[in-house]
Amino acid sequence: MLNQNLKLNTKIFNDDPEKISTRQGFGEGLLKAGGDDENIVVLCADLTESTKANMFAEKFPERFIQVGVAEQNLASVASGMAAMGKIPFITSYAMFNPGRNWEQIRTTICYNNQSVKIIGSHSGLSVGPDGGSHQMLEDIALTRVLPNMVVISPCDAIEAKKATIICAKTKDPTYIRLARNNTPIITTAETPFEIGKAQIIFVPEVGLAHVGIIATGPILYKAIMAGRELEKKGIKVKVMNLSTIKPLDKNAVIVLAKETKNIVTVEDHQIAGGMGSAVAECLGEFYPTKIEFVGIKNQFGQSGTPDELEKHYEIDISNIIEKVQKVLKRKI
Amino acid sequence: METLTDEKIKELKIIANDIRKSIIEMLCEAGSGHTAGSLGMADIFTLLYFHILKHDPKNPLWINRDRLVLSNGHICPVLYATMAHAGYFPKEELKTLRKFGSRLQGHPHREFMPWVETSSGPLGEGLSQAVGMAITEKIYGGYKTIYALLSDGEHDEGNTWEAIMLAGKEKLSNLIVIVDRNNIQIDGNTERVMPLGDLKDKYKEFGWFAQEVDGHNFWEINNAIYKAKNNKGVPSVIIAHTIPGKGIKEWENDYRWHGKAPNKEEAKMALEELNKLHA
Repeated sequence: MLNQNLKLNTKIFNDDPEKISTRQGFGEGLLKAGGDDENIVVLCADLTESTKANMFAEKFPERFIQVGVAEQNLASVASGMAAMGKIPFITSYAMFNPGRNWEQIRTTICYNNQSVKIIGSHSGLSVGPDGGSHQMLEDIALTRVLPNMVVISPCDAIEAKKATIICAKTKDPTYIRLARNNTPIITTAETPFEIGKAQIIFVPEVGLAHVGIIATGPILYKAIMAGRELEKKGIKVKVMNLSTIKPLDKNAVIVLAKETKNIVTVEDHQIAGGMGSAVAECLGEFYPTKIEFVGIKNQFGQSGTPDELEKHYEIDISNIIEKVQKVLKRKI
Repeated sequence: METLTDEKIKELKIIANDIRKSIIEMLCEAGSGHTAGSLGMADIFTLLYFHILKHDPKNPLWINRDRLVLSNGHICPVLYATMAHAGYFPKEELKTLRKFGSRLQGHPHREFMPWVETSSGPLGEGLSQAVGMAITEKIYGGYKTIYALLSDGEHDEGNTWEAIMLAGKEKLSNLIVIVDRNNIQIDGNTERVMPLGDLKDKYKEFGWFAQEVDGHNFWEINNAIYKAKNNKGVPSVIIAHTIPGKGIKEWENDYRWHGKAPNKEEAKMALEELNKLHA
């Protein structure tokens, strides 16, 4: 059942739950943050509407800069603006930001330790028909490896909005990973959110959990659905929303591992270097635990509907259930 | 901005010569680093720090200072030496260049030396950062001038041209770029490695006010900066023709001095040559 303490969306188990994209949540958060603080500036590389930066651009045109299809310039111009005391948000598709401009992000933003907020939309397989060239599956790996960087992967539009508003008030270089499609609303405006804090979203009706499922991004919904199915099969699980991947909430991850002795990580990203890797690094050092990974297995994506792709690349609800059953069967 | 008198030029020449001596001493002590470009830009750095810039070495983070972005961070020996001579920090510290724990990192790093405006080294990114600073001044109504120093070689980088386009589009008249046109890069002559052609014309095509000067003629450079500051409505570039290794006859225009430091013998010879100039 849902963790009652977090004031989550109780209609999440409806057949057709309310769906809004995380990029939409970002756009709304940016509009709010921009109204609260005139030091916020927004830069975009020819994808203003797709990234939902258009709401800010229309309201505050004097603080919006269109740099054209030039993501390397996007990142380094923002660094110069941050050096003058501004808080720039740079927006594009995740493939190009932080994909194309990774070294500019490393040198001019992270090495300089400038407060630039990097917004990568259209991440993951869920981009669908656009195909593998546009399905960014490596961005968590690229960003979490950078010193000074904070990495956030919101689970729904409401959390994306909160993350946007809160990160505008911090000094840290920050990456926010967004997705294109409308996805279920899991949290509510009342659900607490803090950068660096993981939350247990789903808990057993009674007793301790046998398996801890850790998910990041909108795929958290599938993890919750898997949790409910597993409960019907008599397997008790806890589902964690690990929306901040860096800094990792090590304490929460270790507590979950100690309770369950079995972990399954779930992400719409390469297994190598992703959120699951971050969890494995933590548990390997502090509390060695059996782990199974649901994610992309060293492959590129292709065109298809998100549903088709999630089945084909084995990141669907049934795959999460299989991994939970597998981790329980493993001795070590 | 004051006009340059003959007396002031004489004074600047002596300072530039002293800065060159410091560059050679610090590079020799470090045992590695970039000699040619550092010596070639000594006159321009001297003019900027001792005549042009609005800055305060005793209050380096003065909020209203002009900003100077060094994009080709590998010539930082000239930046550090000039800053020391201008009074930012003691000249003795120059001997710590490239050593463990030094504020004078092999390429500038703000975490170690917060008085440099940007960390730099990877080429092609400095102009973008300067453009970001200039846009900020434009949006928020500031009066600072943003100077960016670029190498010619880093015009091979696409990122540089992205920044040139944006500065032209945004009409950043508070931005003055000085290109160190010394015609060398690591692998040899710029026109053989990757022909750059007429940079002045290229900038003009992107909507810039472009001038060319002899990068060792204080009067010419000063005059060009004066014209740039009074040219409203578009960004300015000054293509400064410089001699890599300038001051040491044996090293001048020899691309092999791009990325190496003098040994003790070579340094001794070079210092003797410079000592003769203003003895």
